[in-house]
Amino acid sequence: MALLQIAEPGLSADPHQHRLAIGIDLGTTNSLVATVRSGSAAVLEDEDGRALLPSVVRYVQVGIPEVGVEAQLRQTDDPHNTIASVKRFMGRGLKDVPGAAATPYRFVDSPGMVRIDTRAGLKSPVEVSAEILRVLRSRAEASLGGELTGAVITVPAYFDDAQRQATKDAARLAGLNVLRLLNEPTAAAIAYGLDNASQGVFCIYDLGGGTFDISILRLSQGVFEVVATNGDSALGGDDFDECIYRWIVEQAAIADPTVTDARLLLSLARKAKETLTDHDEAPICVTLSSGQAIDLVLTAETFFTLTASLIAKSLAPTRKALRDAGLGVGDIDGVVLVGGSTRMRHVRRAVADFFQSEPLTNLDPDKVVALGAAMQANLLVGNHKTDDWLLLDVIPLSLGLETMGGLAEKVIPRNATIPVARAQEFTTFKDGQTAISIHVVQGERELVGDCRSLARFELRGIPPMVAGAARVRVAFQVDADGLLSVSALEQTSGVQATIEVKPSYGLSDDEIARMLNDSYSNAQTDMNARNLREQRVDGLRLLEATQAALDQDGWQLLSEAERATIERAMETLRVMLNGQDPVALKRAADSLNRATAQFAARRMDASIQRALSGQRLDMLEV
Amino acid sequence: MAITLSESAANRVQKFLDQRGKGVGLRLGVRTSGCSGMAYTLEFVDETLPDDITFESFGVTVLIDPKSLIFLEGTELDFVREGLNEGFKFNNPNVKNSCGCGESFNV
Ligand SMILES: Nc1ncnc2c1ncn2[C@@H]1O[C@H](COP(=O)(O)OP(=O)(O)OP(=O)(O)O)[C@@H](O)[C@H]1O
Ligand SMILES: [Mg+2]
Repeated sequence: MALLQIAEPGLSADPHQHRLAIGIDLGTTNSLVATVRSGSAAVLEDEDGRALLPSVVRYVQVGIPEVGVEAQLRQTDDPHNTIASVKRFMGRGLKDVPGAAATPYRFVDSPGMVRIDTRAGLKSPVEVSAEILRVLRSRAEASLGGELTGAVITVPAYFDDAQRQATKDAARLAGLNVLRLLNEPTAAAIAYGLDNASQGVFCIYDLGGGTFDISILRLSQGVFEVVATNGDSALGGDDFDECIYRWIVEQAAIADPTVTDARLLLSLARKAKETLTDHDEAPICVTLSSGQAIDLVLTAETFFTLTASLIAKSLAPTRKALRDAGLGVGDIDGVVLVGGSTRMRHVRRAVADFFQSEPLTNLDPDKVVALGAAMQANLLVGNHKTDDWLLLDVIPLSLGLETMGGLAEKVIPRNATIPVARAQEFTTFKDGQTAISIHVVQGERELVGDCRSLARFELRGIPPMVAGAARVRVAFQVDADGLLSVSALEQTSGVQATIEVKPSYGLSDDEIARMLNDSYSNAQTDMNARNLREQRVDGLRLLEATQAALDQDGWQLLSEAERATIERAMETLRVMLNGQDPVALKRAADSLNRATAQFAARRMDASIQRALSGQRLDMLEV
Repeated sequence: MAITLSESAANRVQKFLDQRGKGVGLRLGVRTSGCSGMAYTLEFVDETLPDDITFESFGVTVLIDPKSLIFLEGTELDFVREGLNEGFKFNNPNVKNSCGCGESFNV
């Protein structure tokens, strides 16, 4: 049964036509899903009340992979098949994967994007991400009580075309309709309502589990422009855990911790770190496998001293971003803290000191990105009037063409707001030239060799003319997700060629088809699980309703024998509710339904009798 | 007869109104459509209409147009959780049968 939410004035949806929209923060460490209900954005929790889903996927022999906490717990004992931080591999070939050798995964290089060899076969980062998205999608469907209209998914501002395309492919694979991709810092700014300011320059300081990102956004006339981004892809909360770990090893003089002990100590270190966010001391008590007992107390002061250098490390890219943007600290109108690690008091203090102003912190830093994405999604599906809420995004890297001498000529400069279309004219440089080769590149560098090659295609069939007479108009078009298509038209002859830039390292349609196929083979198992869940809800409801009816009218309207029959059917259903068989469960529910049909009819008669004597029905003849 | 909110519904509505930062109350309504004849609507109110009938429940202003009121007399709006799902539910004594979806009904 659908539960209703409050709509904006005049925007009520027709029954069964609710536009259910979600925002997803697909993080390196944790992922979240949020939605706007009755006008306010909220993060959706799982059955156990957890909002954060660890971005960890463990492939098992048969069936649906484990995702989240379950998978995270198996990281040490099943390292090859338990994939964490897959976001780092999205849209990347093996040579571009940072620190590939340091990970436990069996990477297989393949054209475009790396694959990981697991016991369930070769998996691309897109497939791994899709597993995470699938879990969030079903959480959202259970929470919203229906099919989703669409999702906004966030990506780091510096993600290039390949990484964005990979994210979109993952969403498609997970059965999500992507309304658009949104830059993470932009989403955070939206969550704080900064888009309602008329203008301003905002700095988004995002310290998560494993990565640090700093973004400077300029808002003018409802458009966020990414003025500068910087960061450190190897700095995050994990490093703070590491610091505490080293401190414990030193304090307790642990000679040579085993892998299991090290893992245990690391998780204790993380717990201590999180404790120190709200307390001045954190106890660290544990007995190691060697029998050594450890009983230490870490004070906030010591922790702050131990990790001061990590915070300093984040301020260097911050300074660089400001310098790139040509801005001083005084030019920043607001600082937004994002990422779980910005809960730490000394991080907040350092940021406040650096910017000489208090950062915005009233939203949970690990939820703001998802909240902003949900608000954007809600707007895009039409649940909110747009006139007071206009927002555009920008492209992160310039798009251009190779010209004579291997130079890159920019057609759309970075930070152009999207969607955008720009065209440029070129000509032939040889007499009688009948074809022109077009090489699309992405990047800020002057030489084509330093830019990323996105696509090549040829415009053929140009009528022979003297050099410089042909007029080839090359048009670039970037849609709202930041994806590009390029067309070339020779204007005197009308010869034309178009390419949709599925960058070479993105997925081919064949690959998408194969993966969709794979996911269909899982679909049967998915369906069963889903079916069981639905039958359980229905069965429980039926049990409760029957019990309530029995309590109310059972003694007046039923004979002893009739009551016994119903109670037996209830017992059978109760047993089936604890089982795993959706079909048997449904059968039990149906038979309870049949057993109570007579009873229901008698109750209906009785209630009409009661209602008539209460004169309630006549006013209803309308 | 009045239109009422359960206490939990009233608390929620107040919270949503506060978070929204504007609005004078909640509008309940009925319109024809749906699988079983009529459907409920539930909206924030920024402007009241001349014909609106007003109720107060736990400090929340509830507005309703006179036509809808015919079908909603005596209704209590409740806020409930069902598994992961949560939202508002109309307990409408006038309903003869609903399509089981909670959104549309017949009198
Ligand atoms: N109360 C707290 N005090 C200190 N640190 C915390 C607290 N709560 C969470 N964290 C840290 O926040 C980090 C996770 O942050 P978050 O969920 O924002 O990561 P993410 O965005 O998925 O990761 P990444 O930035 O690598 O993409 C972990 O290191 C965790 O220990
Ligand atoms: Mg993050």
